[in-house]
Amino acid sequence: MRREETPPPAVCRNRGKMPNDPEDKQPPVNAQGEKPANEQADKPTGAPVAPAVQPPVAKPVAPPTPPKPAAPATAPGAPVGAAMPGAPAGAATLPKPPAPPKEAPPKPEPVDNPLVQRFKKRFGAGILEAWQDRKQAILVVDRAHLVEIARFTRDDEQFNFLADLTAVDWPKREKRFDVVLNLYSFPKNERLRLKVWAADGEPVPTVSHVWPTANWLEREAYDMFGIVFEGHPNLTRILLPDGWQGFPLRKDYDILTQDTAWIRENLGIESGQ
Amino acid sequence: MTDFLNSGFRKTDLNSDANMEQNVETTVLGADEIIINMGPQHPSTHGVLRVKLKLDGEKVVDSECIIGYLHRGVEKIAEHRTYQQFAPYVDRMDYVAAVSNGLGYCEAIEKLLGVEAPPRARVIRTILTELQRIASHLVWLGTHALDIGALTPIFYCFREREEILKIFEKYCGARLTTHAFRIGGLQYEAYDELEKDTERFCNDFEHKVDEYETLLTSNRIWLGRTKGIGVISGEQAIAIGATGPVIRASGIQWDIRKAAPYAAYDQYKFDIPTGKNGDTYDRYMVRMEEMRQSTRICLQAIQNIPTGPIMARVGKVLKPPPGEVYHAIEAPKGELGYYVVSDGTTQPYRVRIRPPSFVNLQAFDTMVKGHLVADVVAIIGTLDIVLGEVDR
Amino acid sequence: MLQELYEFFKPHLLPLLYAAVIVLVLPLLAGYVVLLERKVMADMQARLGPMRVGPHGLLQPIADALKLLIKEDIIPESSDKWIFWMAPLLSVTAGMLAMAALPFGPVFQIAELNVGLLFILGISSMGIFGIVLGGWASNSHYSLLGAMRSSAQLVSYETAAGMAVVSAVILGGTLSTRGLVEIQAQKHVWFFFLAPIGFFLYLVASIAETNRAPFDMPEAESELVAGYMTEYSGFRWALYFLAEYTNMIVVASLATILFFGGWLRPFPNVHALNFLDYLPMLLMLLVAGYSLYRAPKQPVAIQKMVMAAVAGLCFLLAVALALPQFAPAGTLLASMKPGLHGAFWFLLKVGIYLYTFLWLRFTLPRYRFDQLMKLGWHFLIPVSIVNVFGVGITVYLSRSTDEGGMGWSVAAAVALTSVVTLLAAAWLAKKGEHEPAPPATPESV
Repeated sequence: MRREETPPPAVCRNRGKMPNDPEDKQPPVNAQGEKPANEQADKPTGAPVAPAVQPPVAKPVAPPTPPKPAAPATAPGAPVGAAMPGAPAGAATLPKPPAPPKEAPPKPEPVDNPLVQRFKKRFGAGILEAWQDRKQAILVVDRAHLVEIARFTRDDEQFNFLADLTAVDWPKREKRFDVVLNLYSFPKNERLRLKVWAADGEPVPTVSHVWPTANWLEREAYDMFGIVFEGHPNLTRILLPDGWQGFPLRKDYDILTQDTAWIRENLGIESGQ
Repeated sequence: MTDFLNSGFRKTDLNSDANMEQNVETTVLGADEIIINMGPQHPSTHGVLRVKLKLDGEKVVDSECIIGYLHRGVEKIAEHRTYQQFAPYVDRMDYVAAVSNGLGYCEAIEKLLGVEAPPRARVIRTILTELQRIASHLVWLGTHALDIGALTPIFYCFREREEILKIFEKYCGARLTTHAFRIGGLQYEAYDELEKDTERFCNDFEHKVDEYETLLTSNRIWLGRTKGIGVISGEQAIAIGATGPVIRASGIQWDIRKAAPYAAYDQYKFDIPTGKNGDTYDRYMVRMEEMRQSTRICLQAIQNIPTGPIMARVGKVLKPPPGEVYHAIEAPKGELGYYVVSDGTTQPYRVRIRPPSFVNLQAFDTMVKGHLVADVVAIIGTLDIVLGEVDR
Repeated sequence: MLQELYEFFKPHLLPLLYAAVIVLVLPLLAGYVVLLERKVMADMQARLGPMRVGPHGLLQPIADALKLLIKEDIIPESSDKWIFWMAPLLSVTAGMLAMAALPFGPVFQIAELNVGLLFILGISSMGIFGIVLGGWASNSHYSLLGAMRSSAQLVSYETAAGMAVVSAVILGGTLSTRGLVEIQAQKHVWFFFLAPIGFFLYLVASIAETNRAPFDMPEAESELVAGYMTEYSGFRWALYFLAEYTNMIVVASLATILFFGGWLRPFPNVHALNFLDYLPMLLMLLVAGYSLYRAPKQPVAIQKMVMAAVAGLCFLLAVALALPQFAPAGTLLASMKPGLHGAFWFLLKVGIYLYTFLWLRFTLPRYRFDQLMKLGWHFLIPVSIVNVFGVGITVYLSRSTDEGGMGWSVAAAVALTSVVTLLAAAWLAKKGEHEPAPPATPESV
């Protein structure tokens, strides 16, 4: 977003100051709109220095686009850390509050709670991994046992609602696809994520007879990734035209790629890409 | 060099006339059965939806929804944009309720980052999202009534919606695809008259909803066209994954705003309307009541907007730690879920949007079987689908 | 020789003149009914309607007619060309022909038939041919289906309409349209007050007869079956449209004649209310004055001129209505009063009836076709049969004892029979109460 030197229009005049406005860092290259209104508020609002905890890849990156001055990424959230005036101007020198306690950045961790234990007790080797990421439970299950596990999850664990079924492509892995099922339990008001690893060309059993929601969701996963769901009543392309070649959401499908043959044949034009 | 005259129309597969013929040959049609095609251009499909109906006389025996005419590859684009750059794209999915889409996305990324928007931002987000819910339901009501033949409510609904869009325009400059929220909070401070405008609108709006109800709710013809049409039971709804007013009208009292509150919803008192029969009339009543409840939330919210910053401490360059998150909100159309996978770079590794209309549309086949052709239009309308969301 | 020819044609000259007036004026009138509909629609939808073409859209119908005339005439390739050409003509002809027996005033009537009502009902039914043939000639599966549905609807509601008409005929004792009005003048009461249920039945049936909402499923745009008019474009479609509005005017005129006293002023025999005679000219003066007032406010010169012309026209009409009123009795001018004033009252009542049509169109949603048919056969026809009995009993009850009746007061008789008919209608409505649509097949999801 570009901001002009001229003062912003009346309706936006009392725009709150962004916490990271770099009075103490390099001066803004672009004229950030707050400058006229907030110049006097410069002094006290020296934001606490970036917290010590840096995510592994942090380095002062050159701004990718002009309006983003370099700043370390992912400060753990401390919303009211600095004394940001909600209204502009006239900020007296406010005392700097102490820096907020630094929370560890979120990351996935292995977990072993009663739910996981019940699964492990029932399926043993069928449960490959169990994680908790951002307070959400993830179970990685074996492809061969998927249908059984699905039924167990639906009936015994009462996760009767399949919110979403999708896939993620990790091309560097041997089993490149992650088929992800996001489940919800109405009785327990809990969410669970099941993941299945599948290699390219390996079919995954369908769960559409366990949760009928999966019908179109699996078709979409097939359409976008090429994952074949065994036993699906109607595994055809759903979003792309029927004759399309290629699976767009795979990482090796370039963003500009199109099925030029299909376009030439059906639209009568040369694909513009 | 393509032959201009012979290109395009005849060979197009989009129409799949050839497919239709194939269908006629390979499917065994009864003596009276015909297959007719509705759409993709049709005034009542609310977008580019194609529905193939197998009819026995007037009765629908089978149906098939063919979607994908508005597929824009949004999830693929997401992998090539930074987190903030992708935010405007989500507005364009459910373009009728852009603010909700933005809310879901920003909250998902905030979860990924581990930050929380400040209280003031959360409350303003709630107000705008509830206004957007009202606007979305107004569009639904107007078009649904128009399809069933009531020519007037649409103009009244759009007149009300105009007020909401004016509020959005004053707030962020845009009426439809607002990009109102940012990751970490809000970009723009609430403008001076936001509370006054919202209050005036909400107070006015109660009477307007009554006006719409006088036109439709006890109208014999409306009852005849909507009662018993498109019935889906609670169990069927859970099984097929329907969410939002569809599942609430079938008797399941479930709203993510209560089950897993986000933004500032846990601070406000509101009811969740549910229906009993899961037919079109119940969905109509549920949405009308939802509009009233949204007004109630807005009025509570503007009483007490906390002061403070509107943006959390997030850097300009967002690099969430590797991991994944699934965050769902109660969009006007149902459960809008964002499943975001981060690999630690500035661009998301995978953004999956779980569109409520897509999953709700799966229920169409169940709902329409056995009904007459004239009800097909009513059922499409009652599902409240937006093709931008279905196809992404 | 010339004298003989003149003598031969003399009795037919005036009717021919009337017929010429109708044929020339009717399309214009129908066009302005369309404009009225659009303005009323806009008003109910909180907007303005046509404002641009002519002041307040007053020249819109002319612009539309011109546009339709110069449109390309598209005929489907494999259609039956003669029938395609003929079908709209059938509809329009039927509509216009029905006007032959309609009196638009005590003077203005092309043909005074002693079975005028029968003639009108019969000829209006001929319009259905136009619809069916139009649907068939389009050579489109969906058009044919739409035409079939439309004709089924029309035929079903004709019975109910006919029965409602019969109730008025019982009261009047004659099938002649002029006779019915004269009987209403004699009895000093409009038949509406003697057979109110009959009127409402006729109202509903006539809406269905003219394919208007809420009974316009066959021609609704959001339906799959597109209706018989789909393949027609340009002027042919305009003819169908004209036929529909002509039918509207015909049924409105019929309702006015049967139930609202035709060309009679309200309370024509009450001398105390003779000031009502000034109403027509006052109304026209009001319209003229308002148009004159709005004329300078129009944005464009041509619109100012048109508005002024409209004011002038209304003023002339006011003068035409005033002259017979103020002329001394016995002169030629004074003898024109019943004709002119009668025509005015007639058209006013027709206008109010048409307004009711428009009002209902924009308020009510549409009936589904099977619900429409069920309403016609399971509700309207039984109720109209009961109504016929009811009116008969009213007549019997209110006839004086020496004529063989029971000598009741008219009001009591009407009240009793209306209540009984309403009860029957309520019972029928309850019986046919909304049955749930066939449930979805219990396929496990």
